Amino acid sequence: MSLRIVVCVKYVPDATGDRQFTEDLTVNRDDVDGLLSELDEYAVEQALQIADEADDAEITVLTVGPEDAKDALRKALSMGADKAIHVEDDDLHGSDVMGTSLVLAKAIEKAGYDLVITGMASTDGTMGVLPAILAERLGVPQVTLLSEVKVEDGVVTGRRDGDTASEQLEASLPALVSVTDQSGEARYPSFKGIMAAKKKPVESWDLEELEIESDEVGLEGSWTAVDSATQRPARTAGTIVKDEGEGGKSLAAFLAEQKFI
Amino acid sequence: MAEVLVYVDHVDGAVRKPTLELLTLARRIGEPVALALGPGAEATAAVLAEHGAVKVLTADASEFSDYLVVPKVDALQAAYDAVSPAAVLVPSSAEGKEIAARLAVRIGSGIITDAIDLEAGDEGPVATQAAFAASFSTKSRVSKGTPVITVKPNSAPVEAAPAAGVVEALAVTFGALATGTKVTSRTPRESTGRPELTEAAIVVSGGRGVNGAENFHIIEALADSLGAAVGASRAAVDAGWYPHSNQVGQTGKSVSPQLYIASGISGAIQHRAGMQTSKTIVAINKDAEAPIFDLVDYGVVGDLFAVVPQLTDEIKARKG
Ligand SMILES: Cc1cc2nc3c(=O)[nH]c(=O)nc-3n(C[C@H](O)[C@H](O)[C@H](O)COP(=O)(O)OP(=O)(O)OC[C@H]3O[C@@H](n4cnc5c(N)ncnc54)[C@H](O)[C@@H]3O)c2cc1C
Ligand SMILES: Cc1cc2nc3c(=O)[nH]c(=O)nc-3n(C[C@H](O)[C@H](O)[C@H](O)COP(=O)(O)OP(=O)(O)OC[C@H]3O[C@@H](n4cnc5c(N)ncnc54)[C@H](O)[C@@H]3O)c2cc1C
Repeated sequence: MSLRIVVCVKYVPDATGDRQFTEDLTVNRDDVDGLLSELDEYAVEQALQIADEADDAEITVLTVGPEDAKDALRKALSMGADKAIHVEDDDLHGSDVMGTSLVLAKAIEKAGYDLVITGMASTDGTMGVLPAILAERLGVPQVTLLSEVKVEDGVVTGRRDGDTASEQLEASLPALVSVTDQSGEARYPSFKGIMAAKKKPVESWDLEELEIESDEVGLEGSWTAVDSATQRPARTAGTIVKDEGEGGKSLAAFLAEQKFI
Repeated sequence: MAEVLVYVDHVDGAVRKPTLELLTLARRIGEPVALALGPGAEATAAVLAEHGAVKVLTADASEFSDYLVVPKVDALQAAYDAVSPAAVLVPSSAEGKEIAARLAVRIGSGIITDAIDLEAGDEGPVATQAAFAASFSTKSRVSKGTPVITVKPNSAPVEAAPAAGVVEALAVTFGALATGTKVTSRTPRESTGRPELTEAAIVVSGGRGVNGAENFHIIEALADSLGAAVGASRAAVDAGWYPHSNQVGQTGKSVSPQLYIASGISGAIQHRAGMQTSKTIVAINKDAEAPIFDLVDYGVVGDLFAVVPQLTDEIKARKG
């Protein structure tokens, strides 16, 4: 029987660019290049490895985002995913995690799945809670923050390295997994992969198709509100000394002056 | 006065510092009611009362340790139903965030994660968050339902404010999802005797410049001279020189100590994301152009193998 894997991937502004907010306090997507969140590459990679081990598996990558978010899907397809779903709708602008997770949950249910894989956190919102919320909404076990994952005979197992302990986890499919950047380097798309991706199907769904009302998502439908966003003042230039044999001592003097010693 | 539900992070009855900070913040918006789960839950009551908890709800069951996250959500929901609080505050650990998030969906509330400050506002608590690797500071509110907010360590002072701290056993019924993810084994992390990375007042970190696991003792010696925690960059962790649990940054721990000392770390955006809110930042790097110097209060351009041991010796000498 075929293993249906859905990988959630987010399209985010490049973290090395000059990220800003717009007037409505949402992320400015115009002035910084967007890309597939690097942490979601790990999710795609684990999906590919799980699919390799399965008799028969199909990987669908799913994103909720603006028009340009197709770039993130193309990247995942060129890594080796089979097909893609893009949920796109003007009314989605400004959705918070509750709105986004609602859309993802409906889309995943519509697509059909045995296993959902996500990254550990996006590189823009960096909340790290969407996977748990998605598991709650889908009513399936959450097997999250895994640094190692395996799927065999309808059971997913994995290792979660927490603050105080490292845990071995186990759950039956259907389930939701999130993987960390310790799970293994993501592969680079090959030239062949990039060419093949151009022919792979990308479906576009809107809110109506998912039977979601426009007031359940977007800025209006958000359950949180951002009142202000201010750029932190650049740190005032500190003292920089060159070590000419006394660097450690001068640093100690600074720490003493600041009452750390 | 409105009650505020505070989720307690503790290890066998020893309450971790971020929870005591939460009690300080909770008192700004109401009267704290604490929820402590698992073995030692009742033992937390004294210290929670000392810091302002009017009530301490406790529950213990094997489900809390045998299965992942969901049993704790069931308990938090039971506490929520019992208290009808004005807000729910949870420490921003990986698990804390997951527990808070699942509760929020269940009760139809918005969630704010990783707040670094909290104050009372006309339309409910206002949270400050650090966005985009802490280059922005935002103020947000939960606009639907009971605010569920997770708060980062070191976001508020720990203040004593003695209150009754009446202990009450909480009845918890576990739902069908509670036993979905089984914990089949658990290997506790060995204690180094050093302070917890996210809670420490001083963090001393080493990066690729430390050039080998065998050299990390230089960083550790400096940390020990200051009573500090040890951190590492991802480059050092990926090279296998230091455990991943000590990684500072976007995919590691985010720290906000009084003093952060970076040695042999360039200051990549993902590293900065985890340490940029430190009060005082110090760096030692042999490259005068390293981006970390843009952040520092004091920087030494030099070889860490010369500067760090000299610094350690000088600290020891000054401390007598
Ligand atoms: C600076 C900032 C702060 C924010 N703070 C809040 C807040 O406090 N409360 C709130 O409700 N919202 C907040 N948001 C909005 C929130 O980030 C988005 O709604 C987002 O899509 C979900 O949160 P995340 O990206 O942080 O997800 P995370 O939980 O960090 O993401 C985990 C994983 O979920 C998947 N995923 C996330 N988004 C998508 C997507 N659109 N399409 C496909 N897969 C996805 C990816 O696999 C990702 O690796 C914030 C946004 C920003 C930019
Ligand atoms: C999605 C993603 C997530 C990431 N998450 C994290 C994260 O959580 N934490 C993190 O740290 N990184 C993270 N990174 C990696 C990050 O981009 C950098 O690669 C990393 O921080 C570099 O570590 P470093 O500064 O130790 O090494 P380098 O950038 O190689 O810098 C080493 C520095 O040491 C100096 N040096 C060398 N020898 C000496 C000497 N003898 N004395 C003094 N100075 C010396 C050099 O001048 C140089 O500046 C992430 C990357 C990605 C893509």
